[in-house]
Amino acid sequence: MSINGKAYIIGAYEHPLRKAPDHSVARLHLEAARGAVEDAGLSPSDIDGYFCAGDAPGGNAWSLANYMNLTHLRHVDSTDLGGCSYLIHVAHAARAIADGRCNVALITLAGRPRSEGMSGTVVRNRGANLPDAPFELPYAPVTVNLYALAAMRHMHEFGTTNAQLAEIKVAASLHAQHNPNAMLRNPVTVEEVLDSPVISNPLRRMDCCVVSDGGGAIIVARPEIVASLGRPRVKIRGSGETVAHQNAGRMDLTRTGIAIAGPRAFEEAGVTPGDIQYASLYDSFTITVLMQLEDLGFCEKGAGGRFVMNGNLVSGVGRLPFNTDGGGLCNNHPSNRGGITKVIEAVRQLRGEAHPKVQVPGCTLALASGIGGAIGTRHGAATLILERE
Amino acid sequence: MTTTTPRLHRVPADPALNPGDAAWFEAAGQGRLILRQCRSCGKPHHFPREICPFCWSTDVEWRETSGLGEIYSYSVTRKAGPLPYCIAYVVLDEGPMMLTNIVETDLDRVHIGQRVEVCFHHSANGTAIPMFRPVTHGGVR
Repeated sequence: MSINGKAYIIGAYEHPLRKAPDHSVARLHLEAARGAVEDAGLSPSDIDGYFCAGDAPGGNAWSLANYMNLTHLRHVDSTDLGGCSYLIHVAHAARAIADGRCNVALITLAGRPRSEGMSGTVVRNRGANLPDAPFELPYAPVTVNLYALAAMRHMHEFGTTNAQLAEIKVAASLHAQHNPNAMLRNPVTVEEVLDSPVISNPLRRMDCCVVSDGGGAIIVARPEIVASLGRPRVKIRGSGETVAHQNAGRMDLTRTGIAIAGPRAFEEAGVTPGDIQYASLYDSFTITVLMQLEDLGFCEKGAGGRFVMNGNLVSGVGRLPFNTDGGGLCNNHPSNRGGITKVIEAVRQLRGEAHPKVQVPGCTLALASGIGGAIGTRHGAATLILERE
Repeated sequence: MTTTTPRLHRVPADPALNPGDAAWFEAAGQGRLILRQCRSCGKPHHFPREICPFCWSTDVEWRETSGLGEIYSYSVTRKAGPLPYCIAYVVLDEGPMMLTNIVETDLDRVHIGQRVEVCFHHSANGTAIPMFRPVTHGGVR
């Protein structure tokens, strides 16, 4: 059974803070939840479904359900596939609503990696008993070099250049200048990106997303409830999700799990890439955007570098406006997880509530796509297609 | 070409072994790179598992490798500690690809398609970690 039309995003809120040393992570989650519930015109007691991921203190829903005192829960899902978890949550919430498991689903994300001094250049031990860890951690894989491996191979196979990757950062920065909450608001040029220090070649500092504190929340509800609220309605049209990995030593580093998730979302929605007016594309790194564009079918595999040139991702200029909030590259990447802000900006676009300088005129069909984990080893991938009704 | 990156090596982190992992590291301690191969479906895989990831058979065996391969992709990380280092995927001549480090060479000259051979560097607790260095051409590495 399809989820197309079975549920709507009716509330969305992005926490305005980018540095929050005096806020607990639980408080950030609750402030985001409160913002989304108010945005929807609902009250906390309406929430009967709750979704969170690994950024939740303790790694699942126990502590936050307790802290927020959610007392009417009939459906709970703490699926965690890193930064794309929240796109998956939207799809799972629509499914749960379609199945009659809940009526009003709350999704939250929050974290303080900036205040806690986290970085993409530190080896992250993700826990005991990981089968891969003994064969990888001695080689010092960090977030940046695992994406750099994919970028280097993409350049080798397809001739993608650093200047092309830089175009993605430039587009994000042109959008971010209009977002008063963005962490980096200064427009940059291709030359400035190329002049930024190499972190792990071929990726430079400006190819990398920000490390920011903050959070966000989303409310998904069933059509009958949405109809009574009088708010702009964003229909969930289609979704896809998968996990992509090393395939036991037969990996293709130029292809992401979006090659599976994207086409499935388009099929469910009954639309094609040519129909999409705005795209939120997960931008942990510039290469992440480029590979998703290919895997979603906006261009052929290998043509992503040419696709992003000449401002093609810039609102008001190019064919496919992307990340009009400034994205993870310039605006916000709370808890080192950019999935929820991808959904939130797509909702703003579909409601016509993006900044006027970046609003896509008559935006009725948008896509949000995310990758969580590392393209270079293992990652989750998820795509959503959303429509203004 | 001038050498701009020093040939100093970071000491690899000690691997935290799970049950079943010791044989691969013990072989490394003897200067051997070994590979798991399934007797049921015939496919080799990496990282090594006690159950074939392709057909889920438990009939897996160790095989020796030539220790030779080719760089599939690499990145020289310069901002993650005091020493630059090169992470890479090497496709072994026997087929599977493995995450590793490229060492004992000018990191500015590492490239995709480069022929490499296994070598071994020790973690703090003395565990041998297989890494790769370019095969020599007339004594130049």
